Amino acid sequence: MAREIRFLQGNEAVCEGALYAGCRFYAGYPITPSTEIAEGLSASLPKVGGRFIQMEDELAAMAATIGGSIAGKKSLTATSGPGMSLKMENLGYAYLTEVPCVIVNVMRGGPSTGLPTGPGQSDVMQAKWGTHGDHPAIVLTPSTVQEQLNETVRAFNLSEKYRMPVIVLTDEIIGHMREAIEIPEPGELEVIDRKRPTCDPKDYKPYRPDADLVPPMADFGSGYRYHITGLNHAEDGFPSNNGKMAQADEIRQENKVMHHYDDIVKVEEFECSDAEIIIFAYGSSARSAKEAVIKARAEGIKAGLFRPLTLWPFPEKHLEKYVGKAKKFIVPELNLGMMKFEVDRVVKGQANVVGINKIDSDPITPVEIIDEIRRAK
Amino acid sequence: MAYDYSKYLRSGKIPHIWCPGCGYGIIMKSLIRAIDATGLNKDEIVLTSGIGCASRLPGYMDFNTLHTTHGRSLAFATGVKVANPKLKVIALGGDGDMTAIGGNHFIHACRRNIDITCFVFNNYIYGMTGGQYSPTTPKNSRATTAPYGNADNQFDIAQLAIGAGATFVARTTTYHAVPMEKLIKQALDHKGFSVVEIMAGCPTGYGRKNKQGSPANMILWQKENAIPANKAKEMSAEEMEGKFAIGVLHEVQKPEYVEAYDAQVGLK
Ligand SMILES: Cc1ncc(C[n+]2csc(CCOP(=O)(O)OP(=O)(O)O)c2C)c(N)n1
Ligand code: SF4
Repeated sequence: MAREIRFLQGNEAVCEGALYAGCRFYAGYPITPSTEIAEGLSASLPKVGGRFIQMEDELAAMAATIGGSIAGKKSLTATSGPGMSLKMENLGYAYLTEVPCVIVNVMRGGPSTGLPTGPGQSDVMQAKWGTHGDHPAIVLTPSTVQEQLNETVRAFNLSEKYRMPVIVLTDEIIGHMREAIEIPEPGELEVIDRKRPTCDPKDYKPYRPDADLVPPMADFGSGYRYHITGLNHAEDGFPSNNGKMAQADEIRQENKVMHHYDDIVKVEEFECSDAEIIIFAYGSSARSAKEAVIKARAEGIKAGLFRPLTLWPFPEKHLEKYVGKAKKFIVPELNLGMMKFEVDRVVKGQANVVGINKIDSDPITPVEIIDEIRRAK
Repeated sequence: MAYDYSKYLRSGKIPHIWCPGCGYGIIMKSLIRAIDATGLNKDEIVLTSGIGCASRLPGYMDFNTLHTTHGRSLAFATGVKVANPKLKVIALGGDGDMTAIGGNHFIHACRRNIDITCFVFNNYIYGMTGGQYSPTTPKNSRATTAPYGNADNQFDIAQLAIGAGATFVARTTTYHAVPMEKLIKQALDHKGFSVVEIMAGCPTGYGRKNKQGSPANMILWQKENAIPANKAKEMSAEEMEGKFAIGVLHEVQKPEYVEAYDAQVGLK
């Protein structure tokens, strides 16, 4: 049977992906350019037995999203720059308490209220380092409207599988553009649900990990009574001041992501195998980069696109394959050079790493990238 | 026979962290007795709190317990309740937690009239961080951040809740332990957002600084200054100066948030 084709906006595709993944609760606070996600789910969630709530601010929206997940529902919230800053406090809570949930940040320009209707890619470091304290992060960066749907499903899956928040980091361009996409049939994409405990409730330890380093999680109200706290805690969930134990637990959480790098990290490597010049690009900037690579190849220049769909953990194992081979790496991004730091770190001076950077609310064009490709060094 | 509290306590987590003479132990006992009187099942109860001495209470209680970030317990509780309305959700916190950092969440939970029972432990001070002034610290009182006497105006938590739309609002004190149990039970039975402000002495953070004498004296102060709601209505503002009304202060029926939402969007 042919799949349903729909002409959707990126933000609408996020709603489709969330419903596909089994999301049944959304708590949010409106902000441009993410608002259509809230609007879409306020209409569609009740139709599948889910609920939507508009909270009083982003702190509350993040808190309610976590509460919804603890009550057993796959939960989503979406926002943009200033709202993401406000979510950080409770996002940190979700990391420490290992509560699965998905946060979509449709990036816009500028610090503070900035350039509300223009695109930006300046939250890429915040997405990894935004909260206080150490924690792992999984951050996905779609480039197309189709990927807005598919990567939202993947975000829920990773969040449920690894029992942690997952961020979908997109931007105004992809959020607001329209493309014809295929809606996957039920059962076509994998949908993963969190591991729930099967032991006797009296033996349940909410933070005792299985061999995969992920502890099963019980829904509140399911007969497993337990305690959740934002304080560092022991396996039983109760606060502990034992620093050694806190360290071991935080390292375990880091490892539950890093030990599953191959499962989590996804990249598109386009024309990279023999490339002398590699463009490292994500999100909307990767669209222009792909065009530039195609044009460069037509001119006989060996260029390739390295496009992370998982930005964090940083795809260093994938990127390392090209270090020592490519002569030049180009990193176009709508910020003053953030992921370039990471590329530099992996390239370790073995090639020239050049940024193309803009924060004027205009996309980076294929021409700007080709110009840089043609430049020798 | 003595009342069996142990059914509801996590015995391994006792002794609690509260100071000798702190009013919070009395509240915990009344809360347990009231919950027992409702006949609710432990598995269906979710107890949420923020950060502070008051907010440590859920750790001692054998329910589904959620100790969240400072001030945010009502926002977490709202998510829990909306995602699974079958759960009986109770949120608690100190005056700072609920009305300073959590003030926005507090008024909006009142406005929504979501079926959550909220207890505010009002000790006039930030206890856990060592006695800084809070939105309820009386004018001219001393606090570690008000060494010259507090210049701020005070929130009246119960009036704030009524103004913001809570459908059941009551006030009590730790002196009135037995009536407190009844009020808590009434609040738990109420459908909609209910608030019980509980006056509780903090001898360590407030009493010492303000020369209120022993913890026993602080409890006697509650006895002397609490006026039953009916009587308070007939007293003038001058007569009520420095005093406060106790009992049920406000009770109305309005559609409950999740039920109203479900009806509106066509969810059964
Ligand atoms: C975001 C944040 N700011 C500040 C604090 C520090 N803090 C912990 S408890 C507290 C105040 C507690 O006072 P109150 O809510 O009145 O409760 P009590 O301790 O008196 O029961 C503060 C300011 C914190 N934990 N988190
Ligand atoms: S500091 Fe005050 S509120 Fe905190 S436990 Fe001690 S007496 Fe109670």
